[in-house]
Amino acid sequence: MSRDHVLHKVRTALSRSVGQSIEEPPPSRLSIPEMDIELRIATFCARIEALAGKTHRAASAEDAGAYVAGVVAGRSAVASNAAVLRDCGITALPGVETGITDPDQLRALCATAACGISGADYALADTGTLVLLSSRQEARLISLLPPVYIAVVERQRLLTGLDELLSVLPRPAEQTSSMVLITGPSRTADIEQILVRGVHGPGEIHVVVV
Amino acid sequence: MSAAFDEKIHATLADPKLQLAVYTATGRLIEKRRKAITPDACPDYQELRSHANDVKRHTIEHLDYYLEKFERNVKAHGGQAIYCRDAPEVADFVLSLAKERRARLIVKSKSMTTEEVDLNERLEHHDLESVETDLGEYIIQLAHERPYHIVAPVLHKTREQVADLFTERLGVPRETVIEKQTMIARAVLREKFLAADIGISGANFLVADSGAVVLVENEGNARLTTSAPKIHIAIAGIEKLIPRAQDLAVFLKLLGRSATGQPLTVYTSFLSGPRREDEIDGPEEFYVVLLDNGRTKVLADREKRQSLYCIRCGACLNHCPVYRKIGGHSYPWIYSGPIGAILTPQFLGVTHEPGLPFASSLCGACAEVCPVKIDIPRILLELRSEVKKSEEREGTSRLERLAFRVWAWVMRHPRLYEMAGVVAAAVAPSPDGGGWVRKAPVNVGPLRAWLSQRDLPPSPPKSFRQMWRQR
Amino acid sequence: MAARVSLFVTCIVDQLFPKVGMAVVDVLERLGFSVDFPERQTCCGQPAFNSGYREEARQVARHFLDVFNDADYIVVPSGSCTSMIAHHFADIFDKEPERLDQARALAPKVYEFSRFLLEVAKVEDVGARLEEVVTYHDSCHALRELQVKDGPRRLLGHVRGLELREMDAAEECCGFGGTFSVKFAEVSGGMARDKIASIVRTGASAVVSADSSCLMQIQGALSRANLPVRTLHLAEVLASR
Repeated sequence: MSRDHVLHKVRTALSRSVGQSIEEPPPSRLSIPEMDIELRIATFCARIEALAGKTHRAASAEDAGAYVAGVVAGRSAVASNAAVLRDCGITALPGVETGITDPDQLRALCATAACGISGADYALADTGTLVLLSSRQEARLISLLPPVYIAVVERQRLLTGLDELLSVLPRPAEQTSSMVLITGPSRTADIEQILVRGVHGPGEIHVVVV
Repeated sequence: MSAAFDEKIHATLADPKLQLAVYTATGRLIEKRRKAITPDACPDYQELRSHANDVKRHTIEHLDYYLEKFERNVKAHGGQAIYCRDAPEVADFVLSLAKERRARLIVKSKSMTTEEVDLNERLEHHDLESVETDLGEYIIQLAHERPYHIVAPVLHKTREQVADLFTERLGVPRETVIEKQTMIARAVLREKFLAADIGISGANFLVADSGAVVLVENEGNARLTTSAPKIHIAIAGIEKLIPRAQDLAVFLKLLGRSATGQPLTVYTSFLSGPRREDEIDGPEEFYVVLLDNGRTKVLADREKRQSLYCIRCGACLNHCPVYRKIGGHSYPWIYSGPIGAILTPQFLGVTHEPGLPFASSLCGACAEVCPVKIDIPRILLELRSEVKKSEEREGTSRLERLAFRVWAWVMRHPRLYEMAGVVAAAVAPSPDGGGWVRKAPVNVGPLRAWLSQRDLPPSPPKSFRQMWRQR
Repeated sequence: MAARVSLFVTCIVDQLFPKVGMAVVDVLERLGFSVDFPERQTCCGQPAFNSGYREEARQVARHFLDVFNDADYIVVPSGSCTSMIAHHFADIFDKEPERLDQARALAPKVYEFSRFLLEVAKVEDVGARLEEVVTYHDSCHALRELQVKDGPRRLLGHVRGLELREMDAAEECCGFGGTFSVKFAEVSGGMARDKIASIVRTGASAVVSADSSCLMQIQGALSRANLPVRTLHLAEVLASR
């Protein structure tokens, strides 16, 4: 059986025996800086803008809803089941489909919708990153198929960076089959190193901090 | 070196457009990396490198433990880990699964490991279409070529060449605007993503404590490959393991910065198993293929097993003055540049391309930029010694060996050395005016090779030791 | 009493660039050192080592150890030879404990020329004068294995009348690499041409380095291209008056 064969070769190469214990790995290295919420929001937005994403600091839930309404502008949109989207009145906007739990229906909508709208489980200030865990609230394809993507981030979910994320969530696999870090619009520079956005994922992203 | 290697190098050097393309593209990547690791951008860059080297050393030295841990966690989350000894076994696994599920269409995201096992070639003729979805890889697939660079597969192609390719292979009207070419590919591949039965990815990292596959990308094709089809197969070398999810804090920081100068790529996916019960989308089946294909051979060599620390960032390629001249296609195997120069002989044997470990001036730029601190020059030197030992066993390179034996003998006998110096000075051409020598009376071997590119120094009237004695 | 310094002049300087060796002696003597030249010296063994002939390299290295075993300091006008002795002798004597001990004892006494001046002689100004615009090529072994980067620049900074202009790509390999220069001549030549283009862009009339092997490669390319730029070893600049 290949499993035994490969493991045997590994052990032989390393002069280790079956079930042999190991020393502790080097301690993991996480450094979490001090960053007050205002600085986090400002840094977060600046990073996204630097990547040609658009950001909006909402004064209120209504304001957030109004911004999103402006982006959607009556086009077809599919929104995830995140509570924050309902709270901001986004799920009630014309053209927005939400509350979908059937995989085929979701996929069909995402494939044709102009906009995908989601919340975020976390966000990372130092890189301008959204963190989405696949769940009952959040489907994968919403932030992936439609060419325009809108994320609504509650400010209390904004962490300093990846180190803090892994400190707060050391074992993402216990929560979800898919944790995705999204940093800016989809891009490529494969041909002659010329930058093109929106290759497969959304080329236009909006992040609302509420 | 083999004639093939020599010819490929010569052909690349003789192509000024290609030279410029490779030089410019690698130059850009060099600059991007540099900006991302300045003290402001990354104050603890050197510490991160040391730490990454420590973690990789620990993991590789205990690889069996981490493989088993990874396997347990993959299973715990509803997936399966499949060990494959070699390329045919990988293909067999994919084919038999495809057959069982009556799969017709496979979409693939970028994976050097799948190129290593010639997966697409092996799947042909089996009523299975396997489509590359990374833009660069898609173009390469259409062109029936190998990727040119670990991170930038079509570094060597111009927009005109892409336009020709698309027209020829896709039947679309000729389009030379790069943005529009990208949109053509996007439209074609979108259909494939949504219709595919199986998605095959590689893995940038395998996380032992989570049973997770980590994928980094900028386009979104890896996410689509691993989210749209019902089946996801990740194919990865056994050396891709890291112990904990928390180790990603160090490795992701190093990978993005070293490869493209990005603190994080656009998408980083952490995937563990098929969709969970309450999740709305995602694959229903999840397999991780753990590939040996010669890695255990490398593992067995204490000195050289550090070659397995590689996180495939491509920085060594970008900084290598030899790669920047001879380009990715001159190398004999799928892995090019300095990492290719040390992996190829270890995987395929030193006799596969005996010139390869010598195709380096040992400048050390690769080791300087390697995020996991692989001592590439040291490994090259060991491989050179192995090549010479194998040549001795086979009775080849006799003249060179004899020359070095004589040389060593002379160098052990100072008076002989001095005499040899006096004789050489006497027969060496001395141009008038003390200029450098353009032609030699006997134009063979090393002399000829040297003179083909540059002039030779004239012999000085006295050697240093003669001058010293006459002080 | 003058400190005694043994000079390992290197085979390439001995046979092809003797003035470099005389310049080293000149600078050291001016600084008050007594320079000793063990005449039985030949080579450090690097050509064989780099070509994969470890047994031959060992033979030559043993001879080196015998010649220099009672030196207090060994000064070497070459980064690559210093690196061979101080770093790689340990690799080739891994199976000879006695020689390994000898090599390890010797390693801390071996100094590349610029590092000797800065770390042992502890001088930056050697009283040199040279009215010229020069640029500096960082030889690879010196740069990456011996961390020689600022040192030569500080030394050159005190040379009266000298203007130092940095070339772009100062740290890029000149393409010599020992037998690489003939085994992969075309690639080596291409690298040399890139280097001289970088040199020419500075407008300097001379290029300076700490390694004669690099200077041989660079001068060979300059000469082939009929360019009037000359090459100078760091020691030659520092010996100029």
